[in-house]
Amino acid sequence: MYPELNNLLNTTPDRAEQGKLTLLCDAKTDGSFLVHHFLSFYLKANCKVCFVALVQSFSHYNIVGRKLGVSLTAARECGQLVFLEGLKSSVDVFFRAQAEPHPLQFLREADVGNLQPLYEFIREALKPMEDGQAAWRYPVLLVDDLSVLLSLGLGAVAVLDFMHYCRVAVCWEQKGNIVALVHDSGDAEDEENDILLNGLSHQSHLILRAEGLATGFCRDVHGQLKILWRTPSQPAAQRDRSLTYQYKIQDKSVSFFAKGMSPAVL
Amino acid sequence: MESVVAQAGLVLLRDSVEWEGRSLLKALIKKSALCGERVHILGCEVSEDEFREGFDASVNSRLIYHDVFRDPLNWSQSGEALPGGPLGALQAMCRRTDPGPVTIALDSLSWLLLHLPCPALCQALCALSQQHSCPGGGSPAEPVRVLCLLHEELHGPGPLGALSSLAQAEVILSGTMGQASAHILSRRPQQHPTRQTQWFSILPDLSLDLQGGPPLESQPHPEPHTPPVSKGAGARTRECGGGVRDSSHEQRKHPLDLQVDPTAHMTFNLHLSESERAAKDSLTLPFQFSSEKQQALLRPGPRQATGRIFYEPDAYDDLDQEDPDDDLDV
Repeated sequence: MYPELNNLLNTTPDRAEQGKLTLLCDAKTDGSFLVHHFLSFYLKANCKVCFVALVQSFSHYNIVGRKLGVSLTAARECGQLVFLEGLKSSVDVFFRAQAEPHPLQFLREADVGNLQPLYEFIREALKPMEDGQAAWRYPVLLVDDLSVLLSLGLGAVAVLDFMHYCRVAVCWEQKGNIVALVHDSGDAEDEENDILLNGLSHQSHLILRAEGLATGFCRDVHGQLKILWRTPSQPAAQRDRSLTYQYKIQDKSVSFFAKGMSPAVL
Repeated sequence: MESVVAQAGLVLLRDSVEWEGRSLLKALIKKSALCGERVHILGCEVSEDEFREGFDASVNSRLIYHDVFRDPLNWSQSGEALPGGPLGALQAMCRRTDPGPVTIALDSLSWLLLHLPCPALCQALCALSQQHSCPGGGSPAEPVRVLCLLHEELHGPGPLGALSSLAQAEVILSGTMGQASAHILSRRPQQHPTRQTQWFSILPDLSLDLQGGPPLESQPHPEPHTPPVSKGAGARTRECGGGVRDSSHEQRKHPLDLQVDPTAHMTFNLHLSESERAAKDSLTLPFQFSSEKQQALLRPGPRQATGRIFYEPDAYDDLDQEDPDDDLDV
């Protein structure tokens, strides 16, 4: 996890809020550093994490995780991390017997599918242990990323329904957290993606939006991060807060600074 | 705003990601409940606990919550889902038999619009909002107010237009500088539609605090293409027939009551503490000719080397014997 981002979000692994949906989105840049941050954050917070990784392989996340101080291999072995490697297991859909439903069953279905098998997999992975002993603090679902599901043929409403059920199971029933990444297509007219992004934005408590700089690529400033705190149902004493910072991604950390205050130009 | 929203019929609250409308919906529900009405809520987007948060016990007892959130598509097969799904729940509300004025809140209409076909939804809304007499006859028709929360970024112009045409009042939420505003368009039968802009805020106890005008005139010189009901228009009611734009570029220049504080979200410190200020004032600048320096120069100490210039004229120097340099006072 990146300590500077923790400072900006005013949170630490020990006192993170529960029952929240955090939406990560990126536009014209790669926002996956935020996924790595939250993965290591919740592993360090001693939470049970279910990671639906549809974009990269396990070793990729493991290598980055080691730089951030967590070992995904160890976490998986001791049961803290349930890792669904989409790239590998999608092939299993075709070569396995059809007896039991596969989380990515929708890949086989000819008609418009739904994500109920994936929801059941997540629910099973994050359900509290039967013996009553709480080995981990609270469950966390991490999805990287949801736009891939749209590319695989699902409709935006199906993905929204899946996230709805995940919110019921994880955020409401078990007071856990969900972090999901959605790409913003920006200028490209992608109505389904816009419906997914806006629909999830309305349900989120925190939106982190990584954008490329409007002026193009820069060696010292990799992008801009907009943080928006939302309260979907409760009016807060202070209005929804929004902050904007610029960042530079380094090998093991990300440094944040106010707009125009990059150390390279000062 | 209250008279407009208090009328019977369908009221659309159109919000956006930046300016959420659920708190306004809850504030209006609280108002209705305190007036003695029964409030039915079809909850699709947030859990019942989260929705009831903020209401006190007297209001909560008047709210009847129909929970679609927990299992809208019957995936759990546990039998807890409402029969007939969301549409069935909506149609069941049309057939309720409570006496007395009733407010129905749909949270949210966007969720229903994404899951139900638009014609069926519009028909159900029509049936809900029309005044009808209670079964058994005798008693007069009771007004029904239907408050719907709609996230306008999620829908295209077609469904939005269809819902707008059904609505008796539309409240579009926006704001500026942290202050929320509601642009209210109300259509009364056989009258011209009226437009009004109202600045407001929702207090933590979910009561509505109406404010007179915007906190700050952010644009003293409006752009030429500003629409007539822009943020700076203030709380004025104007008759607008047939979409005629009146020339409201004469925006009232509000005095700058509230200065925007540029140091509000600074990431570095611009202020000086008392000790820092004292240290700064007592600092002697290097090129300031203070009395101490004067005294030091008048009495050159053994340490101080007076500056001496050693010059050796080279071959190209032109020493004028008639005008020597010795008389220069340097």
